[in-house]
Amino acid sequence: MPQPTISETDVRHAAKLSRLSLNDDQVHQYTDQLANILDYIQKLNELDIDGVEPMPHALDQHNILREDRETPGLDTDDVLANAPDREGPFFKVPKVLGDGGGA
Amino acid sequence: MDPTQTTLTELRDAIASKAVSAEEATRAYLDRIDAHNDTLNAFRDRMTDYALERAKQVDEGKVTGKLAGVPIAIKDCMCHTEGTTACSSKMLEHYRSPFTATAVQKLEDEGAVILGKTNMDEFAMGSSTENSAFGVSRNPWDLDRVPGGSSGGTTSAMAADLAAAALGSDTGGSIRQPAAITGLVGFKPTYGRISRHGLVAFASSLDQIGPVTHTLADAALLTEIMCGKDPLDSTSADVPVEADMHDVDGEIDPSAGGGKLRIGIASQYLDESANHPAVTAAFNEALECYKSQGAQVVEVDLPHTEYGIPCYYIVATAECSSNLARYDGVHYGHRTSEPTPKDANAIQHLMSQSRAEGFGDEVKRRIMLGTYALSSGYYDAYYNRALKTRRLIAGDFNTAFEKCDAILCPTTTGPAFKIGDKADDPLAMYMNDIYTVTTNLAGIAGVSVPAGFASENGKQLPVGVQLIGNAFDEKRLLRIARRYERETEHWKSRPGI
Repeated sequence: MPQPTISETDVRHAAKLSRLSLNDDQVHQYTDQLANILDYIQKLNELDIDGVEPMPHALDQHNILREDRETPGLDTDDVLANAPDREGPFFKVPKVLGDGGGA
Repeated sequence: MDPTQTTLTELRDAIASKAVSAEEATRAYLDRIDAHNDTLNAFRDRMTDYALERAKQVDEGKVTGKLAGVPIAIKDCMCHTEGTTACSSKMLEHYRSPFTATAVQKLEDEGAVILGKTNMDEFAMGSSTENSAFGVSRNPWDLDRVPGGSSGGTTSAMAADLAAAALGSDTGGSIRQPAAITGLVGFKPTYGRISRHGLVAFASSLDQIGPVTHTLADAALLTEIMCGKDPLDSTSADVPVEADMHDVDGEIDPSAGGGKLRIGIASQYLDESANHPAVTAAFNEALECYKSQGAQVVEVDLPHTEYGIPCYYIVATAECSSNLARYDGVHYGHRTSEPTPKDANAIQHLMSQSRAEGFGDEVKRRIMLGTYALSSGYYDAYYNRALKTRRLIAGDFNTAFEKCDAILCPTTTGPAFKIGDKADDPLAMYMNDIYTVTTNLAGIAGVSVPAGFASENGKQLPVGVQLIGNAFDEKRLLRIARRYERETEHWKSRPGI
């Protein structure tokens, strides 16, 4: 089990993985709050879980496949109507590569 | 008759017999929404013109069904092609769904008139609606108090008779907790009973749609209509739906115990130092009620109950961090208007800034907690450990249901709390779900029934009792709960708004 206290470095890393921009104040605040919550979650360490099968889902279902048959989908214009920016039938994003073109 | 001072089933019958028209009923509810929504903030989006048009179609005989003309509210996380589906988040403030959720569609196929979307904690994360990006909803029994959450707009609307019935969603207690503290019936069916297609995802292995109503008969009717396998949700259960689920006064199937109803009670729910005296009194009254009807009381042991909250806050946040990754500022939802740097980080910046602006504090907190619990080096220590604990919690219930037909317990430890009281303490807020969260983890069914009042400073504040039933045992669970409801008058009380 790792140390219960989550560090600011951990929070910055989690924020980066989560694609969330945080300012320094927010990093301080979330570090305190998450440390508090994780401290409480350590309670799970009281339990002996050796040999217990993990339960990721309430129902015992596996690999549900549908027939490989074409069915009508949503209209492209209806879907793109919610896009923040579009060009024709495409979602539009800012230029991804730098001016030099190398990445 | 006043169509707003009735039950769903009574109003349905009144419309069917033309004692009142669907348009009159719909207008009566819309008038109440106009009069009270500024105070209560129960509805986040209204579908007034749409509702009136649907009601007219019912009166013209063009729309028929088991719910013909009955005005119903849906939670803001349920997709509908009319209006916006915002999940009470800035992220989805302008989102217009290109499709309607299966559960809502099934209600409309039976003639229901959808009035609008009710306010909620952002992305269903919270127990008070204080996490809504559109302001807190108020409890009609005491406007200084929360209506619970996350389905708090739903319960605020129902308690004030702004709809004849309403839908909520329940991931850790989000139907039952708010229903209990607003004096309503709130039912979370078995996981997979009702399709989640079109329910905006929070934690996919826990989320479940269910009804909030004045009576168990109303809840059973809506559940019967919404249940069933849906090709659009591979996790929906292929289990037959009983055609008489709505008949809550029907016979209770003789139990394995030999005909006598067996009510389970567990010490883990009955700590008198943790529970408000009114909660303890309500539980005792309900237990006596079952005893007086000849039920056998069986003590069951649910030793892992105290691990429910820590287990839940790993499982639910892990799933939420994955589900909410879809909000990237590209496909739909909020995009930052900040200029993007012209370098290789442009797209990262766009996503990170859009998400920082679009999500509120609690949503960010949970995304980061879930991301952390799933990240390299912590997966086994947190996520895997929580999944194993979840198995132990489910095992407790399996053992208990060998000895009893349903478990009776409080829904919450106390009545509604004051707005602001827990807003700055995430952990204190999480404890609201202590009696409800384990049913979600186990995937079984739970229903909260109005059970009395706590008196605080001259205000009557509702409390509820919960009955927990085994997976896919909804019909019997609702009938067992009805044996209590029919002996009480608590559900008839209204806050006088």
